[in-house]
Amino acid sequence: MSGPERLPRLLAGTGERRAIGYDDHLALHGELPLERRRRRRAEPRLVEELELAGLRGRGGGGFPTASKLRAVARARRGPVVVVNATEGEPASRKDRVLCELAPHLILDGAELVTRALDADCALVCVCESAPEGAVALSDAIEERRRLDGSCTRTALRTIPHGYLAGQESALVAHLNGGPALPTFTPPMVFEQGVGRRPTFLSNAETFAHVALIARHGARWFRELGTTEQPGSALVTLSGAVARPGVYEIAYGAELSSLVAAAGGATEPVRAALFGGYAGAWIDGSQLNRAALADEHLAAHGASLGAGVVLLLGEESCPVAEVTRIARWLAGQSARQCGPCLHGLDALAEAFGRIAEGGGEGGDLDRVRRLCSLVRRRGACSHPDGAARFALSAAEVFAEELADHARYGRCPDCDRHPHLPLGGARQDVARERVSLS
Amino acid sequence: MSTSLRLNPIACEAHGMCAELLPERISLDEWGYPVIDGKPLSGEALRHAERAVKSCPTFALMLERRATARAS
Repeated sequence: MSGPERLPRLLAGTGERRAIGYDDHLALHGELPLERRRRRRAEPRLVEELELAGLRGRGGGGFPTASKLRAVARARRGPVVVVNATEGEPASRKDRVLCELAPHLILDGAELVTRALDADCALVCVCESAPEGAVALSDAIEERRRLDGSCTRTALRTIPHGYLAGQESALVAHLNGGPALPTFTPPMVFEQGVGRRPTFLSNAETFAHVALIARHGARWFRELGTTEQPGSALVTLSGAVARPGVYEIAYGAELSSLVAAAGGATEPVRAALFGGYAGAWIDGSQLNRAALADEHLAAHGASLGAGVVLLLGEESCPVAEVTRIARWLAGQSARQCGPCLHGLDALAEAFGRIAEGGGEGGDLDRVRRLCSLVRRRGACSHPDGAARFALSAAEVFAEELADHARYGRCPDCDRHPHLPLGGARQDVARERVSLS
Repeated sequence: MSTSLRLNPIACEAHGMCAELLPERISLDEWGYPVIDGKPLSGEALRHAERAVKSCPTFALMLERRATARAS
């Protein structure tokens, strides 16, 4: 294979915008090469292939999948596999699109990992606010049980809606019968997770890549992407763009080619947010040659995270938008850890005073101070993410923030907000595109 | 082997005892929650830290032993 046919991978065959059935799925991707683990504590072959492929988790953490798998495989007790398709990030749609259109790819990955680890069960977790994905997955599980008797150890779990409900330790806490709130670690979930068993937990897209790597190998996987970040990835592009939606890209593709494939920007772009609301802004002037790879974005203090790219147009007021998100982030705190509970509220209040103007001044300095004060002081990384978002906003929108602090609200403050906060269902066009 | 302080921020209720007993390593933020210097402890500082750990009413403060010293 060569050229543009190499993409899409995950979104192959999804043109009809409904879930690919099992027969079509097998015709498209081929049979699943399953390995049966002979001895517990022996290294599954899958681990080596994933290590060669350099696959990293696609939920935002970017942890090497092979290392996580190896840690769980070494454990003495029977492990549990958890597929995280909860997708609490409001600006991300890729996991629900994958669940709705290619559920068998996710289940393939779950089956491979379950067998490789000789795990007791695989729990596929979806958010209660994404019923279409849940239906597609449960239909797919039924279909497999009926047609070839696979997926007998796979079960679907619905998780309450919430930004932090899909956070690793919160998800495990919920599966263990508790509230979906982050817990203090250690123990890490790979040591002690669901039912106190070693737990392999990863994002739904990660499992889909596992399904393809098991079939085509590490070398094939590396035909796309960069050395540091091999393979393809799902990206949710939204904001000031003609056709917002979920696209499959090769890591390293130019942002401009993604935006072009999405019909272009609808207005001049003031800045772009990478990695969602725990991510960082990059100024519009820096975007021309921006490449969608962490090794490139790192120079701007940003990363792709779970593949969220959001364009903020020049007609929007960045101060109003950022203030709204800062309030929302404060509201998403699990309110368990003092520095997060008080710090994010204080951060939102500081942005609020700047946005309204007429404050005493010094609020922008307070934003910066609060960001360094809350970092690494929560049980989970929510305060770190909020601080990253706020601090990059303070840098990129310094001028607008200073103007608002001095003169108060601007005419654009009342424009319809562009940054999505979930709740109302958005009709995201399911585009797919080849960008290699 | 090195020993350093670690806090369970969920358990911490900002009593502030630790900062009183170990001001050279622990300060309080504007809401009364401890900001901890996580550098390795030894000698007298370690003894003071042990006292601070024992005095925490919610058992939120702990000493963590690591095989290698972390540069931070």
